[in-house]
Amino acid sequence: MSHVKKIVTPLTEEQVKGLQAGDQVSISGVIYTARDAAHKLLTEAIQTGEELPVDFKGQIIYYAGPTPAKPGQVIGSCGPTTSGRMDAYSPTMMAQGLKGMIGKGPRSKEVVESMKENNVVYFAAIGGAAALIADSVKEAEVVAFDELGPEAIRRLVVEDYPCIVAIDAQGNNLYELGVEQYKVTD
Amino acid sequence: MNHSTETCMRELSVDKITEAVKRLCIEAACDLPEDVEKLIREAVDKEESKFGKYSLEKIVKNVELSRNENAPMCQDTGIVVVFAEVGQDLRLVGGSLTDAINEGVRQGYEEGYLRKSVVEDPVLNRKNTGDNTPAVIYTELVPGNEIKLQILPKGAGSENMGALKMLKPAEGLEGVKNFIIQAVTQAGGNPCPPVIVGVGIGGTMDKSTLLAKKALARHAGEPHANPEYQALEEELLEEINKLGIGPQGFGGKVTALAVHIETYPTHIATMPVAVCLNCHAARHKEVTL
Ligand code: SF4
Repeated sequence: MSHVKKIVTPLTEEQVKGLQAGDQVSISGVIYTARDAAHKLLTEAIQTGEELPVDFKGQIIYYAGPTPAKPGQVIGSCGPTTSGRMDAYSPTMMAQGLKGMIGKGPRSKEVVESMKENNVVYFAAIGGAAALIADSVKEAEVVAFDELGPEAIRRLVVEDYPCIVAIDAQGNNLYELGVEQYKVTD
Repeated sequence: MNHSTETCMRELSVDKITEAVKRLCIEAACDLPEDVEKLIREAVDKEESKFGKYSLEKIVKNVELSRNENAPMCQDTGIVVVFAEVGQDLRLVGGSLTDAINEGVRQGYEEGYLRKSVVEDPVLNRKNTGDNTPAVIYTELVPGNEIKLQILPKGAGSENMGALKMLKPAEGLEGVKNFIIQAVTQAGGNPCPPVIVGVGIGGTMDKSTLLAKKALARHAGEPHANPEYQALEEELLEEINKLGIGPQGFGGKVTALAVHIETYPTHIATMPVAVCLNCHAARHKEVTL
């Protein structure tokens, strides 16, 4: 496929601004997994003013809960989960300085508005291509909420993690643009 | 009673059921059935959108990789739905059927390194049970002395997009079609399209949802036995693929791989329609013991 933009984390404001919906990217560096239960705990901690287990400034959150690693593996299968379930929490996380989110599927209007305000980018990975994606994870370590099992926060070091810019910080949205293009009305 | 369906009484140890369930859970997670794979491969050729084709190519690669490495194709290895058709001349010995199935799930998810995704209580205590049990089990008594087990590990991304509507009979076929199309439209990119659309029509509220789920256990792409429903399945597939949602919701020509409809007689005053979606990782395995 055409040109792939290489990204190294943490993300800078400039990097985020330079990404456009429909860009194919490959991400290297540290990213953090968090899904439903972890988001609930994080936003509760923010509301009560507690310190978060991770400083999310400039970071990317990956909506994922991997399968257990087999002996000798870094991680099990590790694809994205449906991002829409995190919509209620994402604006709060963006206010903490979060710069990127990786998941699958469309986002709510509120999330897109908040992305524009905070200059944040949303990447889509291929849902269900989890064995393939695991290949790009080089290190994995639980850094918070171990008791949540697959829902714990994991610090991943990834190398050339492949994804697509689905919604950019200007609000351009591949889910709308792409569907519009291929819709057949007769 | 119809004598031709009578068989000799037979005994089966429930341990055999545990063993089979364990094996099928692991196989289902790592080895996509050929019927589904065939439809995905055909979709690669049909798809014209850049990101749609890209997604499908990755999905095909992932299917191959997971099979070769015995790794789960998707990290969401699901909550296990089991359809058990139990012959009425079969006597199960050594324990309860439910316990035997759950033990198979427990062992399969542990030994297969599959993700445990079941919580104890849906609202008040969402604590992980730690072994992916309990399974959702449906048993049906049928003639014969065998047991047929169908295993469908069901991911939540697609399950969350299911829909049910109690239509008025006056809404007719148009009402049925509109509701199905609406359900797929609203699901958009969430259920990891291309999807398999399971539809249940008739019976009661509960029966229609069960039929919709059972429709997903059908060999993918196999048409309905009734030519009129077969035509409806084809028509709906065509309409759904005009929606433009495409693989992963990135836009494209292939939103669904197949539409499966199951029906049941219903009350004079009602017309329930249920839609149960399955993602491209449409895992289903079966065995007869
Ligand atoms: S919808 Fe299916 S393919 Fe997508 S993440 Fe869930 S289980 Fe996996």
